[in-house]
Amino acid sequence: MSSDLEQLYQQIILEHSKLRHGAGLVEAPEGDKVGESHMLNPTCGDEITLRAAVHQSQGAQTLSSISWDGQGCSISMASASVLHDLGLNLDRDELLKLVDEFRTVMRSRGTIEADEEILGDAAAFSGVSKYPARVKCAMLAWVALEEALLAAN
Amino acid sequence: MPVVSTPATLKPSTGPIDNAEVLRIRNDFPILDQKVNGNPLVYLDSGATSQNPQCVLEAEQEYYEQRNAAVHRGAHTLAVEATDAYELAREIVASFIGARFNELVWTSNATEAINLITYAFSNASVGRGGEEAERFVLRPGDEIVVTEMEHHANLIPWQELAFRTGATFRYIPVNDDGSLQLEHANTVIGPQTKIVAFTHASNVLGSINPVETLVQMAREVGAYVVLDACQSVPHLPVDVKALDVDFAAFSGHKMLAPTGIGALYGKAELLNAMPPFLTGGSMITTVTMEHAAYLPSPTRFEAGTQRISQAVALAAAVNYLKETGMERIHAWEQHLGQRLVEGLGQIDGIRVLGPRAGEERIGLASFDVDGVHAHDVGQFLDDKGIAVRVGHHCAQPLHRRLGLVATTRASTYLYNTTDDVDAFLEAVAQVRPFFGVK
Repeated sequence: MSSDLEQLYQQIILEHSKLRHGAGLVEAPEGDKVGESHMLNPTCGDEITLRAAVHQSQGAQTLSSISWDGQGCSISMASASVLHDLGLNLDRDELLKLVDEFRTVMRSRGTIEADEEILGDAAAFSGVSKYPARVKCAMLAWVALEEALLAAN
Repeated sequence: MPVVSTPATLKPSTGPIDNAEVLRIRNDFPILDQKVNGNPLVYLDSGATSQNPQCVLEAEQEYYEQRNAAVHRGAHTLAVEATDAYELAREIVASFIGARFNELVWTSNATEAINLITYAFSNASVGRGGEEAERFVLRPGDEIVVTEMEHHANLIPWQELAFRTGATFRYIPVNDDGSLQLEHANTVIGPQTKIVAFTHASNVLGSINPVETLVQMAREVGAYVVLDACQSVPHLPVDVKALDVDFAAFSGHKMLAPTGIGALYGKAELLNAMPPFLTGGSMITTVTMEHAAYLPSPTRFEAGTQRISQAVALAAAVNYLKETGMERIHAWEQHLGQRLVEGLGQIDGIRVLGPRAGEERIGLASFDVDGVHAHDVGQFLDDKGIAVRVGHHCAQPLHRRLGLVATTRASTYLYNTTDDVDAFLEAVAQVRPFFGVK
C-alpha cells in the first residue's frame, strides 16, 4: 500500500464518511436567516444539499445550524461531516475565511500542508490535494456552504 | 499504400487468440509498457478510450511527413496524394462495416454523428432539403423511440430533436437486470414512430441488444433505425447491411485510432436525400449570393477542412483489427468478459450489472461495491496501477433505474491478458477490507 493512498484515506476520513455528522436536513432555529444550496459533481454524480442558518445578535453573526443531505464518495461525505463539526457556532466571516483556507490547501497539489490549529479535522484532507481529480469531492460541501451563506444574506 | 501496414510482431493466425498472442500484440502498444504508481499498468478502460498501436501512430506521422495538404481542392501533387489517402481511408473503414464509400461520413466522433442525423431531421422539418427531404419531416404527433439504457450521446440529441420539432419522445424500458423489456417494445413502437434509436452493445451492461428484432418492429411501422455502434464496431464483426439499419455511428478512439475522428454510416439513398447539418466550404456545387446547392453524400456532410490525418490513422487501426480478425477479437473478449463476471461474482458485496455469468456479454463488466463509492474503488485500483472507469458512464437514467448513482467498470480489448483480469479481481477483493466495510 503506497503511503499516498493511506494519506488520502486517513482513518479520520473513513470514520467521518460513515458517521456523517449533520446528515439529514433540519429546520433552522426560528428567527435565524436560512440559506440552502444544492451542489453536484457531474463526473461521478456526487450530490449534496446543504442548509445553513445564521443567528444575529448584537452585530455578531453565528452559525446556528448546518445540516446536509447527500450521497457520494467517502471524501465528499467525510468532508461534509467535518465541515458540520467545524462550522457550527462559528462566526460567519470566520467560517468563510476557513473555507478559503481549505480551498487554498486543496488546490495546492500537495505543496501546502494544512495547519491543524486552524483547520482541525479538516487538515486530514491534505492528502486529497495530491489527487486533482478528487479535489472537487473534498470541496463539494464547502462550496455548498459558501452558496448557502450567500443565500442566507 | 501508406495506410496499410502490417506490424512485424503480428503474425496472422487462424486459431483462437491466447495469452501468448496477446503478449505479442502488446508489443505494438508502447503506452502499455509502463508503471503506474509503482505497478505495471493494467489498462481496463478501453470502453472509454482505447490505446494506439505503433502502426497507427506511424500512419498519422507518415501522413504529416509525406503528404499533408488540403483535400478536394488544389491541383498540386501533395493535394492529390492527401485526397487519395483521405478517400482510401474512407473505403477501408466503410468496407470494414460492410458499407460503400459514399455511405460513410467522417465526423469528430459518434456524438457528432448522432447530432448530425438529428439536425438533418430538424432541418428537413423546417422545410430545408425540398421534396426529397420530406420523408425526414417530424411533426407533433410523430414519435421518436430510444431505450432506457442509452448513453447520453444517443439520448440527449433525440430529446432535443423532439423539443425542436414537437415530436413525442418515448423509450423502451429495461428490466431489473438491465435487459430491454422487449415485450413492451411493441407498445412503444407504433404507427406514429418515425425513428427508433438504440445501442448495439451497452457500454454499461455489456449486453448485446437484439438488433434484428428491433429492426423488424421499426420496419413494420416504417420507422428509421439508428444504431449506436460505439461498443460493437471496435469489438465484434459488424455488417450494417446484414443488420439492415438505416444509420449507425461509431468513434475512432474506441478502436485503436486517435481522438477527433468518428463516422456516420447511412444508406446512400437516405444520405443523398438529407439536408446537411454543418454548411460551408467543400460541400457545395454552385453558390450565389442568395443560394447554395449541395454535393451528394458523403461530401455534403463534410463542411470545412476535414480530419485528414485522423481518418488515415483510423484506416490503419481498421487494418490492424482486420489483420487480427474481428471474430477472434470478439471471442477473446467474450472470454475475458466471462472471467470478469465469474471472478466478481465470487467477491463478497459485489453486484455485477447486466447479463449473468454464462450469458452473452462483451468484454466489460460494471459493478457496485456495497458500502464503497465507485470513486473510492477507482482510486484504490489506480494506486495498484489498474485503470478503470468510475461514475455513471454517461448513462444516468440507466443507473437511476437500477437504483445506483455510480458504478465501476472494467473494459477489455485485444491487448488485455487473463493476468490483467486476475490482477484486477485480486485488487477488487481488497477494496471492502481497506475501507473497513464488512
